[in-house]
Amino acid sequence: MERIKNEEIRQSDSYLKYQEFATSIRSHCIRMTNRGRSGHVGSMLSMADLLAVLYEKILRVKPENPKWPERDRFILSKGHGGAAVYAVLAEKGFFPMEWLDTYYMDNGKLSGHISHHIPGVEFSTGSLGHGLPVAAGMALAAKQAGKTHKIFCLMSDGDCNEGSTWEAIMFAAQHKLDNLTVIIDYNRIQALGKMEDVIEMEPFAKKLEDFRWAVCEIDGHNYDEIEDVLSKVPMIKGKPTWILARTVKGKCVDYLENTVSCHYKYIADDKLDEAIKGLGGQL
Amino acid sequence: MRATFNKTLVELAEKDNRIFMVLADIGYGEIEPFAENFPDRYYNAGVAEQNMTGIACGVAMEGNIAITYSIANFPTLRCLEQIRNDVCYHNANVKIVIIGGGMAYGPLGISHHSTEDLAIMRALPNLVVLAPSDCIEAKAATEAMIAHNGPVYYRCGYKNEKDIHRGAIDFKIGKAIEVTEGNDATVIYTGTIGYNAFEAVHSLERQGIKCRLISMHTIKPIDKEAILKAANETGAIVTVEEHNINGGLGSAVAEVLADHSAVGVKFKRIALPDINVSLVGSQEWLRGKYGMSSDAIADTVKALVFSKTS
Ligand SMILES: Cc1ncc(C[n+]2csc(CCOP(=O)(O)OP(=O)(O)O)c2C)c(N)n1
Repeated sequence: MERIKNEEIRQSDSYLKYQEFATSIRSHCIRMTNRGRSGHVGSMLSMADLLAVLYEKILRVKPENPKWPERDRFILSKGHGGAAVYAVLAEKGFFPMEWLDTYYMDNGKLSGHISHHIPGVEFSTGSLGHGLPVAAGMALAAKQAGKTHKIFCLMSDGDCNEGSTWEAIMFAAQHKLDNLTVIIDYNRIQALGKMEDVIEMEPFAKKLEDFRWAVCEIDGHNYDEIEDVLSKVPMIKGKPTWILARTVKGKCVDYLENTVSCHYKYIADDKLDEAIKGLGGQL
Repeated sequence: MRATFNKTLVELAEKDNRIFMVLADIGYGEIEPFAENFPDRYYNAGVAEQNMTGIACGVAMEGNIAITYSIANFPTLRCLEQIRNDVCYHNANVKIVIIGGGMAYGPLGISHHSTEDLAIMRALPNLVVLAPSDCIEAKAATEAMIAHNGPVYYRCGYKNEKDIHRGAIDFKIGKAIEVTEGNDATVIYTGTIGYNAFEAVHSLERQGIKCRLISMHTIKPIDKEAILKAANETGAIVTVEEHNINGGLGSAVAEVLADHSAVGVKFKRIALPDINVSLVGSQEWLRGKYGMSSDAIADTVKALVFSKTS
């Protein structure tokens, strides 16, 4: 049943649109990190499909008016993946495409970690464990002011090692912040190893349920599942939503997939074309 | 420099089984020899610096030497109260090591720049503050840090720093090293920006200005004697640090001069302005933007030497 449904979706316009968008995000990230001789490409590839659905369908934002007061707020807590959000924002017209060429360069516009100096970026991060408390504060202020926009925070599993994240988890449940949605890019790889060898979080979903969040586990590369859950938040009235999106670090470049080293590598010049070609038509 | 630190630490841990490493998910490509050689003395606390520092403190309270280790501000500012209350107050034998002092992580941006650390760490009682300037100092500082009984902060560079010293040095905590003799002015530096100061002093020498060059590898306790002697003998002091203008090396030197009523000494601090750096670029490019290239340092020293005292 499930498979037949996916086949149908694969034919659909929105599926192709997401796929095209995600492919362009990935290819920008591969080029930007290559040019900058910089790391974190695996982290970017991991969350590209989540970003594609968020910015194609879910987030209410206006490229021509990035500070539109009614906009949905999006915070990238894993700031080291910032290039992927920069790629999204350039594609959506928040700033000129040429800025992407200056990523990581002397006198460049775009720094390695995401910066609020860039139109469309809500908040600067780079030190893990900062995103969720700030997102919860924004959710609290929205509720207090009777506003209806939503707050989304995209986090990594490493982000969840930090105590500050858990402090915010308890706060958000306490204050019934159902306008707040967390998406975990759950690739299960951190900076020095796999989660099972560093800090194991499982049973992750159960932990969050016990902490009084509405929790749902999805395949973070399946557009259907991503769109479905994100269109329905809050899942439970009065509870913040925690989406555990299972992903593959380095997704779509086979030799990077599921490796710790893809946190540090960039794709070298002689492998660039092959990698970008390999992205096309990936299902 | 981080490679030098890690190599030296492994050598020391070989001989001293009290040395533990408690790190916070950072050190890829550098810490593996320690992890492999001493698996029962190596722990990754995950991305959790407060816990890392608390765990290290507990380990040290039981008679061990515990190293905490991560990038830039993560092992300092992220867990500042653990350092203050747990480590410093209890005089625990914890060594706090940061990788990438100053703007070593250049284009990664402000979250990865450690540019207020000297001021903040220097304000904590019991804490020794070290900032080696090249790999020769880095090795000696690692050995001195482990030999010292008590908390130490160690501001490590990143990679490919050029050596300033030629051959062996006499490294003692709290005792500055005179790199170059001279009496026209004194340049006091700390950390890896020292190489630019070194080049500046050489270019000034070619112009007939002979500067004394001092490596202030220990910010606390600061070497008062070397500062006062320089003031007395050269009459002009320029401090150079890759750090916010507030509270770091320049401030520490100025405090010594003021406390000893060293009036009439010409004095200038070269440091970062008191801003959040939002420019994007490599460490050397950023240094240039903020007046810390060798040429800019030389110009500043020259201007001070030829300035009139009011
Ligand atoms: C407070 C803090 N400590 C350490 C780091 C260094 N660091 C950058 S990414 C990372 C972990 C990468 O794994 P994860 O957070 O799961 O992200 P992803 O796998 O999605 O890249 C670490 C430790 C940091 N950015 N912030």
